[in-house]
Amino acid sequence: MKLNKNINQKNSIFKNWLVILVAILFIILPFIINAYWVDVLFFFGVYALLGLSLNIVLGEVGLFDLGHMGFMAIGAYTTAILNTTFGIPIIVLLPISAIAAGAFAWLVCSPIIHLRGDYLCIVTIGMGEIVRLTLNNNPFGITGGSNGVYGIDFPSLGSIFVIDNSTKFYYYIWLIVGLTIIGLVNLQRSRIGRAWNCIREDEIAAESTGIDVRYYKLLAFVLGAGLAGVGGNIYASKLMIVSPESFSFMESCMLFCIVLIGGMGSIPGVLIGAAAISLFPEVFRAFAQYRMLIFGVAMVIMMIFRPGGIWPRKRGAFEFKPLLMKPGEENG
Amino acid sequence: MAKDNNNMETIIRTKQENEGINKINKVVLQTDKLTKKFGGLIAVNNFDLKVSQGEISSLIGPNGAGKTTVFNVVTGIYKADGGKVIFKGEDLAGKKPHQIIKKGIARTFQNIRLFSNMTCLENVMAGQHCRSREGTWSSVLKTPGQKKEELEIKKNAENRLKQVGLWKWRDELAKNIAYGNQRMLEIGRALATNPDLLVLDEPSSGLNDKESEDLMDFLKEIIKDNLTILLIEHDMNVVMGISHWVTVMDEGKKIAEGLPEDIYSNPQVIEAYLGKDEEEKE
Repeated sequence: MKLNKNINQKNSIFKNWLVILVAILFIILPFIINAYWVDVLFFFGVYALLGLSLNIVLGEVGLFDLGHMGFMAIGAYTTAILNTTFGIPIIVLLPISAIAAGAFAWLVCSPIIHLRGDYLCIVTIGMGEIVRLTLNNNPFGITGGSNGVYGIDFPSLGSIFVIDNSTKFYYYIWLIVGLTIIGLVNLQRSRIGRAWNCIREDEIAAESTGIDVRYYKLLAFVLGAGLAGVGGNIYASKLMIVSPESFSFMESCMLFCIVLIGGMGSIPGVLIGAAAISLFPEVFRAFAQYRMLIFGVAMVIMMIFRPGGIWPRKRGAFEFKPLLMKPGEENG
Repeated sequence: MAKDNNNMETIIRTKQENEGINKINKVVLQTDKLTKKFGGLIAVNNFDLKVSQGEISSLIGPNGAGKTTVFNVVTGIYKADGGKVIFKGEDLAGKKPHQIIKKGIARTFQNIRLFSNMTCLENVMAGQHCRSREGTWSSVLKTPGQKKEELEIKKNAENRLKQVGLWKWRDELAKNIAYGNQRMLEIGRALATNPDLLVLDEPSSGLNDKESEDLMDFLKEIIKDNLTILLIEHDMNVVMGISHWVTVMDEGKKIAEGLPEDIYSNPQVIEAYLGKDEEEKE
């Protein structure tokens, strides 16, 4: 038992050091790389945030959602429209975008939440496309059609601190990603996270174990959409323009790939997946025309050799340290 | 409501009474003219079942008799087409499975349904979901209340896991442990919900004789803890070995009920299992 405990401790110490190292790396990176790469890393951050939000729905609960960009679009357009027409500060719109996207998710997912697997997948594709087409058709003249909405402000705290350059945006997005990761890790280790995983494993058993399947599925959608709404807010204020083609079906597929590449339900996995999706095109810019070919081959090879993703979530010892066990008491 | 209470007070003969102890048990679960149809097939037909407090009741019958359907209606997975399910004086009509389990009926499945990619400890912890209440925000923020509850869940899970003898497998994924252990884990998960009534669907199927015997001892042990058990079983040794009361079902109807030794020699039951001996009659 003592030996066991030592291994656990070593594991968690190693893990803590890894987290600290990565955090330090992210803090000092903007000082060593040029502005172009800072921007690339900003978009890596956006993809990471969106990947984490989809991971709640797809990774934790196992619901196929191929219309996730629709939720981000709701968040981005909420920010864009309220900011340009009413001049509401972007920071104030951050929670409002999240709530708008979450409320939209609740509204459209309530009637379809009982669908399983592929059926849900088809419906979410339809939902994402409906959002995009609606924005494109300029309802009531508020979304600006295919031109989109432009002239969005930078996020600012009054006039003292304005996030107006790449480096500040870089810190802004990674601060939010960091906070999101802390929140999601806490969720994973709570009864909510367990309930989600149970639903993914076996819906009927989950229901018979006392988990309100419908409620927890909706909760996952609403939280995932809310986070995507936050992503939309930051994305809109960075680009200063939102237009429907940013939220295409292809982008939803990319998010899906992020979660699949990284490992379903694994937070470090999602970060790796987001890195792969966002950095890959930059690194391979020289072979631009073969990019999709290489990407496709890489996906196929990965699915054969690591079907669980690059960094699948490990369950076991260090997440649950023994509580009541006395030394020498190994068998139950 | 008053009428239902009267129903609950219905007193039935028990083994103890027979033995002269004169212990009178309350009916915990009762089905009243329960009917369930699948299209044109009547799977359960006006079925009455009574389960009394603190006893092990068995529901037996040939394959396709409708036993599992009764279980599924009782636990809320199917909706009854007629009749009532009354648990502790309360009609369970229209309740969803997760609400019924909160009332105190936990179940296991004929083909084991565990959360395969979660550890054994997590499986048992999941069982306590309905007895804990911390919400999303307190979990995200990890409030002191949430931490305390989580610790409580872990402690209870640890006790349950030790009770079913799987503590040393706590960090192993549920799909990786042996079949017999998986059965025990499923029972452990059901027990973790602190049920009043434990509904077991063929707990001994796939177990060898030694494992069945251990299971029987285990069930005899746990009913001392103010628990009631209803089980479906094919293994007659188990049924006759531990049941206080046996109900026999065939083609959706109740054909007999009584003490195990009476059922054993009941001609109707033998007929249902083995069929009429046509040649002998001619």
